[in-house]
Amino acid sequence: MSDTIDVMINGERRTVAAGATLLELLASLELDPRVVVVEHNRAIVRRPRLSDVTVTEGDSIELVHFVGGG
Amino acid sequence: MTSAVETLRDTPFTVGGRTFQSRLMVGTGKYRDNETMVRAIEASGAEIVTVAVRRVDLDRSKEAGVLHHLDSRKYFLLANTAGCYTAQDAVRYARLAREAGFNEFVKLEVIGDQETLLPDVQGLLDAARTLVREGFQVLAYTNEDLVTALRLEEAGCAAVMPLASPIGSGLGLLNPYGVRTIKRRLKVPVVVDAGVGTASDACLTMEQGVDGILMNTALAAARDPVTMAHAMRLAVEAGRSAYLAGRMPRREVAVPSSPLEGMLD
Repeated sequence: MSDTIDVMINGERRTVAAGATLLELLASLELDPRVVVVEHNRAIVRRPRLSDVTVTEGDSIELVHFVGGG
Repeated sequence: MTSAVETLRDTPFTVGGRTFQSRLMVGTGKYRDNETMVRAIEASGAEIVTVAVRRVDLDRSKEAGVLHHLDSRKYFLLANTAGCYTAQDAVRYARLAREAGFNEFVKLEVIGDQETLLPDVQGLLDAARTLVREGFQVLAYTNEDLVTALRLEEAGCAAVMPLASPIGSGLGLLNPYGVRTIKRRLKVPVVVDAGVGTASDACLTMEQGVDGILMNTALAAARDPVTMAHAMRLAVEAGRSAYLAGRMPRREVAVPSSPLEGMLD
């Protein structure tokens, strides 16, 4: 069994550790879970649940935050 | 605040159950740097500040987020759905924005045309209905069409936001009659959003009796955004006061201001 899996993060293919949770994924990207909202396969994952959800091969993950806008 | 002269007292601006002192709302886009943005927002006196929802830059996320520069305790953050062309996309963005955890308010944009960024009113109504059902306070960016504005109000929007002119155009208030009519017919607050270019535009817009103005490019693209923000603050207050004061009637002929009696032979 492989130690890594491929997932799509913000439209980019990324290789991450197999069995990683979304919270661990954010940590590996040096992203602060307090300012990033996570959408996992089109479903929003609330902050307290980020450590409950494990990513699997081929998952689509969107990481968004607030930027300047009108 | 006490003033040397007694003037008509205004009621505060209330939208979606929240009350604000300022009737000027500002965006955070397109500033040349974050320091200018922060100072301009400060100078504008705005309390409601709009932000957009976008993907984080995976390679350098530290600097990009607007919350690194803006104090979210000091300002009421109003997320928008800018860039969305379908009701489904707008709903998706609104849900993500709410999850960021500040409030239930969303500035709903569903764009129908790339060149003019005019709203797709059908998509707008569909998205508004969905979001209202999900408990959002929807502030809907729309055109100056009265019937659309009425439908948005019926859909349960917290505010209706007709444009002055297209987003980022700076063309000013193109249809004062349309905006005035919407204000006259709606019970929910009417906030003019987009198109204001300079202080006189803001003043003229407020003179129509609308509840507030939301602007971004007029400040961000001014040569001196901080000074323009100050000008806009004064213009919004001036226009509001002029509206409350009630302007004199227009006449086609002159009426002398000085007495006709007492003239020399």
